[in-house]
Amino acid sequence: MLSKGLKRKREEEEEKESLAVDALWLDPGHAAVAQAPPAAASSSLFDLSVLKLHHSLQQSEPDLRHLVLVVNTLRRIQASMAPAAALPPVPSPPAAPSMADNLLASSDAALSASMASLLEDLSHIEGLSQAPQPLADEGPPGRSMGGAAPSLGALDLLGPATGCLLDDGLEGLFEDIDTSMYDNELWAPASEGLKPGPEDEPGKEEAPELDEAELDYLMDVLVGTQALERPPGPGR
Amino acid sequence: MGLSASSKPLPIQEGQPWEMKTPADIISTVEFNHTGELLATGDKGGRVVIFQREPESKNAPHSQGEYDVYSTFQSHEPEFDYLKSLEIEEKINKIKWLPQQNAAHSLLSTNDKTIKLWKITERDKRPEGYNLKDEEGKLKDLSTVTSLQVPVLKPMDLMVEVSPRRIFANGHTYHINSISVNSDCETYMSADDLRINLWHLAITDRSFNIVDIKPANMEDLTEVITASEFHPHHCNLFVYSSSKGSLRLCDMRAAALCDKHSKLFEEPEDPSNRSFFSEIISSVSDVKFSHSGRYMLTRDYLTVKVWDLNMEARPIETYQVHDYLRSKLCSLYENDCIFDKFECAWNGSDSVIMTGAYNNFFRMFDRNTKRDVTLEASRESSKPRAVLKPRRVCVGGKRRRDDISVDSLDFTKKILHTAWHPAENIIAIAATNNLYIFQDKVNSEMH
Repeated sequence: MLSKGLKRKREEEEEKESLAVDALWLDPGHAAVAQAPPAAASSSLFDLSVLKLHHSLQQSEPDLRHLVLVVNTLRRIQASMAPAAALPPVPSPPAAPSMADNLLASSDAALSASMASLLEDLSHIEGLSQAPQPLADEGPPGRSMGGAAPSLGALDLLGPATGCLLDDGLEGLFEDIDTSMYDNELWAPASEGLKPGPEDEPGKEEAPELDEAELDYLMDVLVGTQALERPPGPGR
Repeated sequence: MGLSASSKPLPIQEGQPWEMKTPADIISTVEFNHTGELLATGDKGGRVVIFQREPESKNAPHSQGEYDVYSTFQSHEPEFDYLKSLEIEEKINKIKWLPQQNAAHSLLSTNDKTIKLWKITERDKRPEGYNLKDEEGKLKDLSTVTSLQVPVLKPMDLMVEVSPRRIFANGHTYHINSISVNSDCETYMSADDLRINLWHLAITDRSFNIVDIKPANMEDLTEVITASEFHPHHCNLFVYSSSKGSLRLCDMRAAALCDKHSKLFEEPEDPSNRSFFSEIISSVSDVKFSHSGRYMLTRDYLTVKVWDLNMEARPIETYQVHDYLRSKLCSLYENDCIFDKFECAWNGSDSVIMTGAYNNFFRMFDRNTKRDVTLEASRESSKPRAVLKPRRVCVGGKRRRDDISVDSLDFTKKILHTAWHPAENIIAIAATNNLYIFQDKVNSEMH
């Protein structure tokens, strides 16, 4: 099952999880950050924001506003740290511009990929509840509800991603896994037939673009996998 | 300015069975009804307490009507969403009164997911003199009945009955932050982080989605809806605010789906004040139309702003609530206080605006005289009939005797919820789990 199975945590338990930052958080007049040189201040703010993001996403039902504001702030901080590498273990000598750009690009990509996968996972969890909500979630007919279809690949990233957001080898970890089976475009028509919910518009929009060969392949895949398991409705 | 409020604190206090110092009693919303006769509060435990203003007594003309408890009921219970394995909090996020159309009062109360319509009725008479039943309701032995009588209505002790008339469930995937009753008195809207739904008050099994800002890919999500309200007079207009500090005025007659705004109100960022936290502090936590319908009031972390509906480029007035916090934003980010959502309120004549702050302080700004005052809601400083003393926060430099220094402000004592009587100078202030009601006896007319 994909849900975390966690009850909403009490605030005391939440604070225990951020042991390292407790002292920092509880001291309202924390001077170190204010007095630190700008680069170090940005870096510690960056770390703090990453921690907050991590913390927020670990909750069974994150506060979306808090999450979005932290992510946007993180992006701002990261943008301001552009000249220096964002990854702590990577030394940042005054290297050639191309090297710095590569570092920035990879850290950007890694962070973006991590944040993207975490937000995607969030949408998947939200999407699980959308299937059984019958009428209330309908808009005017024909309009896409904009529901993000689940990206099952993102779930694989959840574990390692939260643990090492700054690890730029993230993509490399999954190189050997063929995730083409989990691309949502392939699944959309199938879930269409199995569970007619308010989320059928994305499927409808993508289906016309599949040509016959792809459709045949699809059917083979579906027939093959349906023989293996019967999901209770791959709700989105 | 003449706003010397005389205070009559009404903490939920001794003798009342519901007062406990537990988190469940933290007041989460406060709302006067349209006449100001009733005041509803919702709390973290899912309870609603309604206060009623006593009619002025001729015997004691000095005690203008004071508020006493009228009814208490459990509106929402904690629920468990089995699909997501999540607990749904019973905390009441918002209460909105319906305009009164008959002897009964009605209100909408909502938690994160479900809105309920409650009907409040009074019973002060009961029929007596039944032919077939005796005084206790037991059936009489028919042989003892020798004559017929007509039952008569006799007065009884007032009984207030509350019943849930409608439950509007399953309309929201995300957390509901606002509800607003339309001036047509037939529909209302509910807003969550990404969507706004329009409901008919009599229909619970469906709603119309009128705003949807959810991106196709959640990774593109950068903005959420923070508050929304219907225009007080034009039933087709409503406004919603965002976490990026913008306001969108929408016209339901223009399109079925109001993703495209009619007007966008946004103030350009001040380059001299730019920081990492610029966006967070610009996030609008509350939006309220003026009673006239001509202006909007917004609250962000450090300011309250008045907007003219005819001018989208910038607010017409900006008031600093606690600018001394601007240099402390980093610490406030660390302890999450920067995410606190304060509400704001207009007085009945739209001449004064009010909002809460930290240390149990609340602020009032007179739009005409441009004077402002800081007051404190606490038991120590609010004896009955005492006049509230203005407070001051000093930021270094010359310090007067009763000033509070910025560093000794208590950030756990936040006044997030305030309400102003629709016609008179009576305000309700929620300070954690205490409710304070202050009345201005000196200047009871609007000015």
